Amino acid sequence: MLKQKLAKTEVLVALAIVGLAIIFSVINPVFLSVRNLFDLLRSSIVMGMFALGVLVVIVSGGIDVSFTAIAVFAMYVTVKLLKAIDFQGTLLVGFVIAALIGLALGLINALFIARFKLSTLIVTLGTQSLFRGFLLFVVGSQLIRDIPDSMTSFAKLNLITIQTADGTLASLPAAVLLLAAAALVTWLVLQYTLLGRGIYALGGSREAAERAGFPIRRIQLFIYSFVGVLSGIAGLTYGSLNRQANPFDIVGSELDVIAAVVLGGAQITGGRGSVVGTLLGVFLVVIMNNSLILAGIPSVWQKVVIGVIIIIGTGIPAFQQRRAERRARIALAE
Amino acid sequence: MTDVLVQLSNVSKAFAGVKALQDVSLTIRKGEIHCLVGENGSGKSTLIKIIAGVVAPDEGQIVINGKLFPVLHPIDAIHEGIQIIYQDFSLFPNLTVAENIALSSQLAQGRRFVDWGEVRQIARQALDRIHVKLDLDAPVEQVSVANKQLIAISRALVHNARLIVMDEPTTALTRREVRSLFAVIKKLQQDGVATLFVSHKLNEVLEIADRMLILRNGRTVIDADAREFDQARLAYYMTGRQIDESGYEYRRPPNGQTPLLRVEHLALPGSFVDVSFELYPGEIVGLAGLLGSGRTELGLALYGIHPARSGTIAFEGKRVRIDSVQDAVKLGIGYVPEDRLTEGLFLPQSITRNIVVRTIDHLVGALGLTKPRDLVQHAQFWINALNIKTRSPELPVQTLSGGNQQRVVLAKWLASSPKMLILNGPTVGVDIGSKSEIHAIMKRLASQGMALLVISDDMPELLHTCNRILLMKRGRLVEQLSSQSTSEDELTRKVTED
Amino acid sequence: MTTKQTASTPERHDGRVAFLAAAAPRRLSSVDVTLRRLFIIAVAIFVAMSLAQPDVFPTLDNFRSMSVQFPELGILAIAIMLTMLTGGIDLSVTAIANLAGILAALVLTRLVSEDAATGQAVGGIVAALLVALGVGLLCGLLNGLLVGYVGITPILATLGTLTLYTGFSTVITGGTAVFAVPQFLFIGDGDVAGIPVPLLIFAVLAILFSIILNRTAFGLKVYLLGTNPTATRFSGISNETVLLRTYLLSGLLGAIAGIIFLARNNAAKPDYGSSYILQAVLIAILGGVNPMGGFGTISGLVLAVLSLQFLSTGLNMLLIQYSGSNFFKEFAWGALLLLVMVIDYFPKLRLTRGKVATPGAGVPAPDPALEEDPQRSAHPR
Repeated sequence: MLKQKLAKTEVLVALAIVGLAIIFSVINPVFLSVRNLFDLLRSSIVMGMFALGVLVVIVSGGIDVSFTAIAVFAMYVTVKLLKAIDFQGTLLVGFVIAALIGLALGLINALFIARFKLSTLIVTLGTQSLFRGFLLFVVGSQLIRDIPDSMTSFAKLNLITIQTADGTLASLPAAVLLLAAAALVTWLVLQYTLLGRGIYALGGSREAAERAGFPIRRIQLFIYSFVGVLSGIAGLTYGSLNRQANPFDIVGSELDVIAAVVLGGAQITGGRGSVVGTLLGVFLVVIMNNSLILAGIPSVWQKVVIGVIIIIGTGIPAFQQRRAERRARIALAE
Repeated sequence: MTDVLVQLSNVSKAFAGVKALQDVSLTIRKGEIHCLVGENGSGKSTLIKIIAGVVAPDEGQIVINGKLFPVLHPIDAIHEGIQIIYQDFSLFPNLTVAENIALSSQLAQGRRFVDWGEVRQIARQALDRIHVKLDLDAPVEQVSVANKQLIAISRALVHNARLIVMDEPTTALTRREVRSLFAVIKKLQQDGVATLFVSHKLNEVLEIADRMLILRNGRTVIDADAREFDQARLAYYMTGRQIDESGYEYRRPPNGQTPLLRVEHLALPGSFVDVSFELYPGEIVGLAGLLGSGRTELGLALYGIHPARSGTIAFEGKRVRIDSVQDAVKLGIGYVPEDRLTEGLFLPQSITRNIVVRTIDHLVGALGLTKPRDLVQHAQFWINALNIKTRSPELPVQTLSGGNQQRVVLAKWLASSPKMLILNGPTVGVDIGSKSEIHAIMKRLASQGMALLVISDDMPELLHTCNRILLMKRGRLVEQLSSQSTSEDELTRKVTED
Repeated sequence: MTTKQTASTPERHDGRVAFLAAAAPRRLSSVDVTLRRLFIIAVAIFVAMSLAQPDVFPTLDNFRSMSVQFPELGILAIAIMLTMLTGGIDLSVTAIANLAGILAALVLTRLVSEDAATGQAVGGIVAALLVALGVGLLCGLLNGLLVGYVGITPILATLGTLTLYTGFSTVITGGTAVFAVPQFLFIGDGDVAGIPVPLLIFAVLAILFSIILNRTAFGLKVYLLGTNPTATRFSGISNETVLLRTYLLSGLLGAIAGIIFLARNNAAKPDYGSSYILQAVLIAILGGVNPMGGFGTISGLVLAVLSLQFLSTGLNMLLIQYSGSNFFKEFAWGALLLLVMVIDYFPKLRLTRGKVATPGAGVPAPDPALEEDPQRSAHPR
């Protein structure tokens, strides 16, 4: 029955996506073009990787707003490093560096959250400032336009290239494989490792998890390291796809990512959420963000639309929850 | 003595100078159903924690399976086969039944990866062992309380429990579910698993126990074969005296005075139906019944927490609707909750604040401002009136003992001079001395014209404070008894029989 | 959530009575201790900065300059404090401030021509102020409805409205700034009896909210709601109304802050003050507000605002030769917030009262009385 319940949220989101797709394609048939679909997928890559990390945090009952800072930090430092040593090899090295930086920063989060048991929102609010401030003050605040060749070639690497009806080429970047890999790994961890089930347990009831013998600190260490690594890789991907390293970028989009994860069925109180739901949530947000232009709505309305989606998307379950609680109160009164 | 599982000898424990346990010994044998009986404050919880290794005794010896443990850690207790089922069951509401049962065993094996096939198999086997069928994939939050308990027991069995300690397991169960639980415990006994069953419900204890340990004020009163006991002896040993409270007499004034509350055909589908009764000022009416009988829901409906769907309510002769707590409060109805920690008190806040919360809107002067000194004086008045033991009204209410905390809750309501007070388990978790004082307060209030509705599990309490008792069964009001005309045995029988 | 914890708790309380009664402070409540400590911190920072920059820091000019800078942040901090007291948080205050400022600016430019005499301008200014406050009320109303009546977790609800309000600001301005009129600027630059207007506004608000929180029924309800919303419901308090009013007031305060933004910068933008939320949270927590709800004072908040302002100005002066002092400050605030939170972890050093922060998304923690005995795993001698 749990699978049925989860599927319910996911089905709803999927239906919403389909509905939107229909609406947008009616307004502007370009929506259904291969090029547009590839564009949507391309836009989902970075957000999707972020969202997977955020999913893991939210399932454990926490929240993280520092991941964007980790991402831009890792991205910028990696770029500077690669340029400094004039590295000509594969971008794999770059990704490893970015992942390690993300890991280190994630461990800082883990320190405050696991060791000192502090509120995750406020800790990550603090570390977001800490990381970004440090980046801009110590590492640098210059926009770097000539990024390493390895990054550019990675960005140009395409998975599929199709010739469209009007003779141009539409391509799907290979980076999408990164997202697929991240999703697979996340799913495997959450579903098949004891650590992953421990994350759900922690989100369900911290006290019960302690009593059952789950190593809470180790689990939290893993969670925030995982987010850090994913964010680092996502940051570098972002820099590659955008062909520049701008230290003022990325931070500011945390809310969109959190919205996507929550819309995909993860509950902010913890214990619930799935990879599939998260990916669907991301896709929903991406469609909204990208398709307004197609529908002729100026991009300034983006935030309004996202805001409304968040409110409705969280309002309806909250309202239903209230009604269910009122009924449950009677049962608990026993 | 090889069949002795757990042997606690002369164990003592004090918390901050107050002795919770003094020189208590306990012997649990293999396959034995042992009951730990005592009022709240008797030391039961501390004893359980010592057995679990969560708390270390100041004095005394712990021997488990023939091994002496100078220091017992929780993990040692678990390795020796001791499993504790706490009152909240410690389950994961968001995980499935199978996961709740089997996951921690995978953890204990030191595995990294989950073998779902094995998880299901283990869960299935554990449930089979106690002859229970449950949907393995159901999320535990959707499962009934009784089944949650069975899941907790199954989980204990998965860890090869040799002794399962259950802390007040029947608190949230209906009569039928209690019988199922007892059947499971007996089955465990056949398998050689011992049970330490902690309870204060006398009739249940007598039904299931082989041996009994009665505690009072941290000391052993009796450690004996359960079959030597009957309820009266048991009650005597638990409380230390014969219940000698006098009852409450109420004389209805002649010439039909209007009832304060008149309820007709009140119904809340799923909880109670067709409930009709009257309540007069000056009466103390009891609501008796088992869990599931609708007595608590009726009380909550009258207070507006979960309003009735149909039927009529007349207050002071006028038809009213009680659809929310505000409605009830405006009429002058108050509610003293059973779970005062969650529902009645603001623990870290001062006693003053706890007392004035209900009446604060009336304590404001011009410009809607309050004078802090007035508030403290107000609180002090009630501290004196109800004999609340504290050094200062500004201390946080969590520094008070259970009995004094309950008095603060009472003070909060009395401060608003309600016409009617609904009390749900007014003396649960309260020491003997406070208990009789609270009863005295209740009678005083009634004699001054308040109407009280008392919901309680405690038959002696009902008999000694109420002039009339309403008996509920399966959502219906089946009988109204005058407390003069019935005895504790008869009342217990009527309440518990099906 | 279970309700049947009663059987195992009374003993602990009986055991604790003696201990806690003995430990209860006599005259000096723990609030006073917190305030004293904050006062010392504020003075210490002031002295340190004065010593570091004796020519520039402890000067009248600097005081004046500082006293014009902190009020807008202080007002936002009061707003954050309010919502934190109820156990929630209003992440949308800066967005409300910006929206209010933008709309006020539009009204001003429409109604007041640049060369109009002050007499004519007054009408326009008043209209602009009313519009700004109205915006604050409406935004706060939406927040209050979502949190109080629909029941969305405050973090998510205000996250959503934050996006919404910023979105409106973006749509209205097209993403750029809008400007005020010169006659309006006195609110930011002017004096009343020698006191800078922003400082005056902040002082009035601080006193007002101190009274509201400590001397009104509403204030008591706010504290109690943050401590235990179940008990307030059972006590007959309408949680929904209290929450609605709280977020309404928060919105109003945001609007006032927005007015000051506009007056001081002569411009309003959709994304001004993005780091203010962090700083406001920092001030609130430093000032003794418990993010779980139920505890916090205005006096503490004021001391915290001053401390932060001294630090900020001092840092600016020290780092004047480096570019990017703003970036360093961003780093510093983050570090300071973490430091303050860590200090809170150690009971002896705690700044906040009430429940200890536990990992969670700002969702109120379960009652500490229901937790395990703190003396677990004590060993016999």
